[in-house]
Formats: sequence, C-alpha cells, structure tokens
Amino acid sequence: MCKPVFKPVFKPVLKIVLLLCAATAFAQTKYPGVGKPVAADRVKAADKTVMADGRGLPAGKGNVETGRALYKTNCAECHNEAGEGRDKQWPALVGGTGTLATKAAKKTVGSYWPYATTVWDTIARSMPYNNPGTLKPDEVYAITAFVLHLNGIVPATQELDEKSLPLVKMPNRDGFIPTVHPDVNAKR
Amino acid sequence: MADRRSFLGLAAVLTACTKSSKAPSVVEQSMAPYGERAAAEASILRTATERTASVGVGSSTTPLQELHGVITPSALHFERHHAGIPKIDPAKHTLLVHGLVAQPMEFSLDDLKRLPAVTRTHFIECSGNGGGELRGVAGATVEKSHGLLSCSEWTGVPLKVLLEQAGVKPEAKWVIAEGADACRMARSIPMAKCMEDALVVYGQNGEALRPGQGYPLRLLLPGFEGNSSVKWLDRLHVTQEPAQSNQETAHYTDLLPNGKARQFSFVMDTNSVITRPSGGQKITGGAGFVEISGIAWTGNGKIKRVEVSIDGGKTWVDAALEEPVLSRSLVRFRAPWVWDGKDAVIQSRATDETGYLQPTRDEIVEARGTNSQYHYHGVKQWAVKADGSVTNV
Repeated sequence: MCKPVFKPVFKPVLKIVLLLCAATAFAQTKYPGVGKPVAADRVKAADKTVMADGRGLPAGKGNVETGRALYKTNCAECHNEAGEGRDKQWPALVGGTGTLATKAAKKTVGSYWPYATTVWDTIARSMPYNNPGTLKPDEVYAITAFVLHLNGIVPATQELDEKSLPLVKMPNRDGFIPTVHPDVNAKR
Repeated sequence: MADRRSFLGLAAVLTACTKSSKAPSVVEQSMAPYGERAAAEASILRTATERTASVGVGSSTTPLQELHGVITPSALHFERHHAGIPKIDPAKHTLLVHGLVAQPMEFSLDDLKRLPAVTRTHFIECSGNGGGELRGVAGATVEKSHGLLSCSEWTGVPLKVLLEQAGVKPEAKWVIAEGADACRMARSIPMAKCMEDALVVYGQNGEALRPGQGYPLRLLLPGFEGNSSVKWLDRLHVTQEPAQSNQETAHYTDLLPNGKARQFSFVMDTNSVITRPSGGQKITGGAGFVEISGIAWTGNGKIKRVEVSIDGGKTWVDAALEEPVLSRSLVRFRAPWVWDGKDAVIQSRATDETGYLQPTRDEIVEARGTNSQYHYHGVKQWAVKADGSVTNV
C-alpha cells in the first residue's frame, strides 16, 4: 500500500513512534515495583461487571415459571407477591407506566429502567438484600424473566439466557438524555 | 519516696489554688489515648434515618448549623449507605485495576502508601441533598435542609497515577468503580474526571478513613455527587462505555417534566446556606451586632462571590469569603449585621468562578419541574423574629 514516494517521510515518523513507545514504557515504570501485576484468572474471578450490551453476563438460562417460585422464596418478603413493594419501604418493581411525565411519577423496572441487563446485574450483585451474591446465574436469569413478565415486557413462556437478555427492549430505553450544565438560568 | 512527697506537695498547692480561684476542683480526665470532646458538647450529633426495616439502607446528616469553619469532624461526616458498612481487614484489602490497561495490577494499602501522596480539602454532597426543599417540605434546620453535605481533608493517591501504573490504553473512556459493601455498589466515571482530579484516598482529617466513609479505601471525586465517590473501593474496571449500573440508571438520574431523565449529572451545582443565625437557633440579648455566617460550595471549582440579603432578597450585600478559597471545598462566608430587633428574612446566594449564580427554588422548578429530586441547590431563607427566634420559611 505504501508507495515509494512516502518512504522519506516514513523514517522520521517511525522514529517518533519509537520515541513515543519509549515514553510510554517510562510512564509505566514511573513508580517501579509498586503494585503487583495480576494474572487473567484473578481478574476473571473478581470481574462482575455486566455491560448494557450483555458483555460480562455468565452462561446460563432461566424461565418465567422457575422465576415465579424463586421470586416467592427470595424476593416477595420485601417486594411483595406481585412486585408492588411494601409499606413505602422496599421499592415497587412494577407499575408506573405512563406516569413519568406527571406529578405522580412512579419509577419502576417496567416504567423507568432502560436496560434489562441492569435488572440481572442488580439481582446478581445485591439481592436478596440480606444474602446478596448467593443466587446462581440460572436463578438470576429466571427471576429476571419473572420480574420482566410481571411488567408485561416478556410473555409467560419466556426463557432468558446470556444471548437473549440483552436483546429485551425495555419500555423506557430511550428515556434518558445526557446532562448538560448549566441548565438553570438564575436572574440577578 | 521523694517523688511521692513532692507530688503530694504539688497536689496540696493545686488544691489551695483551686479553693482561692474557684477553678474546677477535680481533674476528671487527663491525657486520654484518644480524645473526647467536652461533655457539654456531647449533644451535637448526627441524625440517622433508616429507610427500610432492613438495617443498612439510609443516611445520617451533619449538624452543619453547629459547626465552625469548613472542616467537618470525621465523627460527624454524613453517611449514606445502600447496604450497610462492611467490616474489612485492611491487611487483606486490595484494589484491582483491570480492563483496558496494558497490565492488570493489584495494589495493597501498603503499595498505595509507597506512592507520592496528596492531601486536599473537598466537600462531599449527596445529590439528594435538599430534595425536600424542592418538594416544598423545607427543612427546619440546616441539618434537615442541607445535612447530606460534609467537608474533609482527604489524603491519598491521584487516580491518574494508578491508571498510568497499569498502562491505561488510549481508547479507554470510562472507569467502573466498585465497592466491597454487601451490594457491591458500582458507578461508571468518565475518564476525563479520573485523569483530572480524582483521588483514591485512605486518609480523612489526618487519620484513617472512618468505616462509614469507606475504610480502608474510597474513591473521592471532587465536586461530583457523593454516590459516585465509591466507598470500600476494591475494583476499577477500565472500559469504553458506562456499565449502566443500578445506581446510574434507576437512581441518581433526574426526571424532567417531559418524562425524560438527565443521566450522568455528576457535578454538584453552586450552592450556599446561612448556618448562623439559622432555623432552630435563637439570637439572645436583643437588638445589636450579629454576624451572619454560612457556607458556600460548588462542583464547578471555586466560589467567587457570596451575597447576603436581610430583606428577603430585595437587596444584597457582598459577604467576605474566608481564605483560603479552595476548589471544590466548602468556603466560609461572613457578613456583619446590626440587627434592629425587628422581623427579618435572611438569605444567601453564591456565584462560582464560571459566573454561575445560585438560583431560587422557583427558577429550578421552572427548569426541572418537581420530579427531579437530585441536585437541588436553591436559595435558602430563614425568618428572624423580633424575639430572636429563627425559623424556616
């Protein structure tokens, strides 16, 4: 691809690139010996990040019916039988559709949350409240499917896995805009 | 024995002095290994609110109206937890840096303390601070209206140093910070902030972080909403996109009247409040000189100006700002006032170095409606009555 005419230009460029590489190497050893390089398996064990496009989701699957039973055991005590929440303490998981532009806005999984992966991630990392991190991936897929079904987002026959979950389009997927500062104009 | 005799002799002299000068007759405590405040000050406390029947979801507020200067005593720093305070062995705690880096790295507390340290004074404010004011349920005291705000001297390592130590890649745009609390709370932080002034801190006001502030290690994002300064920090995942975690979607997003929500708002807007005289206090001794004093702060950088009104916002005078005026720190302002003993409505409003003026509640409602429960920063006023009592209005 490089025609000979570019050759004289190329050599100085290469020199600069090499210098930059050396500078980068220097930056990496600015504080030599501080911190321990870690191997991939250590990272893999610690890395619980789930991205909105599904990267980081573990292999597994679960359906609405399995989720219904698991929800009853693990979630209903606080979020109530049908996800309606309890005593204004624990948040409702359902309802609120069509309320976001009203004074009685109700933010739930169904009305507000933009990504289905966030439902999976929230359950996996922080639920049930008194015993977080104990549900197996299959159980988290199942409870996620049930909670989405409670909101009418997936049918009663739905099974979800690491491939299909990120494809679920949440009703409020396009409900968020990046903040621009400042947005309030005070008058003197 | 000679020593004992001279000690007794000294005691006799001290007793004699005590009797003649009416100084305290008994030394109750001397040179405690860890100091206590005066017993008469022990009623100055945070107020804790649990939000659910499960322990660990809630907040405690700083009694700002009782404090001097700009530093919040560590024991009075506000707390906001989503799953309690974890018990962490500092000897086993590490910070993992991975993702878009040349070499994933792990840092122990000892590793971090080998690196060049910086100490900086910054406020932390929960983005829900003042949410009650927006809803029209104005707080009766500064603690009730603004108590999810504190300011400390923090010591640690610039996050930039750790990212460079791991060889952060040019395509990296976000860092997902995760804590070791029970819910493993996570927030995605823009790379620009990570490289600008973000700190990974282990020190607070000269000693180790308090457990409620993330012991042994927390992220400290100067001027950003408190929730993003992840406590009990043990993992930094360098990525190209945000994770869209629970705390940056379901919560800490600002719902507008049209049903859309602002996301990644981060920066705490320019704000101020008079702490003395303020709601719940009383001016004793009648008309005469009373110093008006309060605090101002902004996530935009430095506070440039604070004005005070004693007539409900009709006229304003400049308050003096106490030096040093530090970036993304509380600033103490003071204005002399000769009170005529009549009813008055006192207010403060701040302007930051970008020229942004603190708005009124009405101006915020006009721009954001009343569902946007975060980032409230409206002008706060107090009514001083002829009897010296100060109330919220």
